Amino acid sequence: MKLPVNFKIMKVHLLSRKRQTIVAMLGVTFGIGMFILMMSFMKGMNDFFEGIMLSVTPDIRIYNDYKTDYASSVTKQFFGEKQNNWIIVRHPRPKQINLNLKNASGIIEDLRKLNEVHVVSPLVSAQILFNYGPVQLGASLDGVDIREEDRLFGLTDKMASGRPENLLTAGNGILLGYKLANKLNVTTGDMVTATAPSGARLRFRVVGTYKFGIATMDEYKAYVSITSMQQLLGKSRDYITDIRLKLKDMNEAAALAPDLSRKYGYKAEDWETVNASVKAGNLIRDTFTYVLSFTLLLIAGFGIYNIMNMVIIGKMKDIAILKAEGFARKDIVQIFLSQSLIIGLIGAMAGLLLGFLLSYALSKVPWPEDEWIIIKHFPVNFDTSYYVVGMIFGLLTTGLAGLLPALKASRVDPVTILRG
Amino acid sequence: MQQNVLKAEKLNKYFHEPDTTQILHDISLSIQEGEFVSIMGKSGCGKSTLLYLLSTLDTAYEGIVIINGVTVTGLNENAMARFRNEHIGFVFQFHFLLPEFTALENVMLPALKLRKLEYQEVEQRAMEKLKQMDMHEHAHKLSGKLSGGQQQRVAIARALINDPKIIMADEPTGNLDSANTTIIFNIFNQLAQEGNTIIAVTHDHDFARKSNRILEMADGRIKT
Repeated sequence: MKLPVNFKIMKVHLLSRKRQTIVAMLGVTFGIGMFILMMSFMKGMNDFFEGIMLSVTPDIRIYNDYKTDYASSVTKQFFGEKQNNWIIVRHPRPKQINLNLKNASGIIEDLRKLNEVHVVSPLVSAQILFNYGPVQLGASLDGVDIREEDRLFGLTDKMASGRPENLLTAGNGILLGYKLANKLNVTTGDMVTATAPSGARLRFRVVGTYKFGIATMDEYKAYVSITSMQQLLGKSRDYITDIRLKLKDMNEAAALAPDLSRKYGYKAEDWETVNASVKAGNLIRDTFTYVLSFTLLLIAGFGIYNIMNMVIIGKMKDIAILKAEGFARKDIVQIFLSQSLIIGLIGAMAGLLLGFLLSYALSKVPWPEDEWIIIKHFPVNFDTSYYVVGMIFGLLTTGLAGLLPALKASRVDPVTILRG
Repeated sequence: MQQNVLKAEKLNKYFHEPDTTQILHDISLSIQEGEFVSIMGKSGCGKSTLLYLLSTLDTAYEGIVIINGVTVTGLNENAMARFRNEHIGFVFQFHFLLPEFTALENVMLPALKLRKLEYQEVEQRAMEKLKQMDMHEHAHKLSGKLSGGQQQRVAIARALINDPKIIMADEPTGNLDSANTTIIFNIFNQLAQEGNTIIAVTHDHDFARKSNRILEMADGRIKT
């Protein structure tokens, strides 16, 4: 071996106290391993929740939000523009409200021309009741263009029976969530009766059931065609309540939504605003994981600091000799700092491997049976960036932990030690 | 006309703990190339202190030390280390080898640090030096496993590895039995005859008698 002399000394030092070296390395290994495991698992969790959230949330939803502020309309109508009197109206209520989007088809066409937009799916939605004998089950009935809806949420992949396109071919077909179908005790081909808030009734034939893995979708939701829905509500053919968009890049949603809102005069909500709580949850989990992992590494760092300090106390004579032989302070720092860094490097690499093995094992552990969440194994994300961060963390903590003892070693006064 | 290898002018040294006391008083001396100088005196007279000042290891003093034409006083730490590495060889009272290294590696380290020669050449030279000390058979033993006398011989080989201008020895026989003392004596004799410049602090009159010059010290002054 023809290592530079400082590294030769480092190597001999490390190898001459193998057990201490290995213990120090194990500290780093467990710290980094746990960091990788926790990050991978937390990130897997976050991805899973975000995936569920996004599977039922459009990137942008445009709808007519009813207003509670009628002050200006009243004053204008009865007192003209200029007013000298105070008018106090308590609890104003509208006589009639239309929650639809006016000129929906125009807006839809306009939206389809936008570059950023990938899918435009119009919707007529209302709360309705399904009759099951004497029992009435409430659900949200969505009248949709099923092909657009399929492109928006990927319905095809979530069908438990039948196909989404069946809605197009069968007159008055309906797609039910599988849990709702179970409750109504119907399967594909059976008839169900829906009652609108107005009291109007319509019979539908079940042409398919789907399974999102989310209770609100599977138990309280059903799909029919737009025309069926308009018929059930007794509205005209241009009655649309919502327009949902899927963008080519979902991260543009927050920026685009206000523009659309201003342009069309209706409320436009992006997915980030709607799911702020999920985002906050992700942030909290991430922070928690980083704090915990940092603590683990800090403990490993203290271990190394302790060991290096003891090594240096035991090596006072050697340091004095090296100095007398002509090794400068920076050589001494190099000799002892490189020992910590080697411990950190090898410990961290072993830690990355350990972390990978643990996360891999976790990803094979079955998730406890749960009827609300459809998931087979613990979710784990094998993102390489955590391995890079883990490596940097490992080297940084061991470097810092080794620096102080190394500097202390470099300040040893050889004369006092050599004179005995 | 012989050249001064070492020249010291008006060295004063104080210890500040527990009280400020002056250890060395205005010491001036010069040593010529090839000279074997012994420094003698009672314990506490400052002879070891003087040696460490001359060796550049101790830098807290007043006065000037010039070695081989270079004013080492006030050199920065790195330059000082480099100078020591190249020009000064040390032999201490307590052998002071690195115990985890073999005898050969101990001898090689200062030369590897100097980096004037390739590894193989350094190894070869170190082996020659060990042979000169009659220690070549123990070259690959860990130095911690050698006896005191053997360790001291390895230490002398180490002091010689970079062909230093001056060999400084702090009581090289102070910790050895009489048999080993004789061996070390003879080695120093031989080194002196080969023209090495040696400064040795010693208690031993037999040892000192072999040298060209004896500096007697008392109370921080050289007796004239």
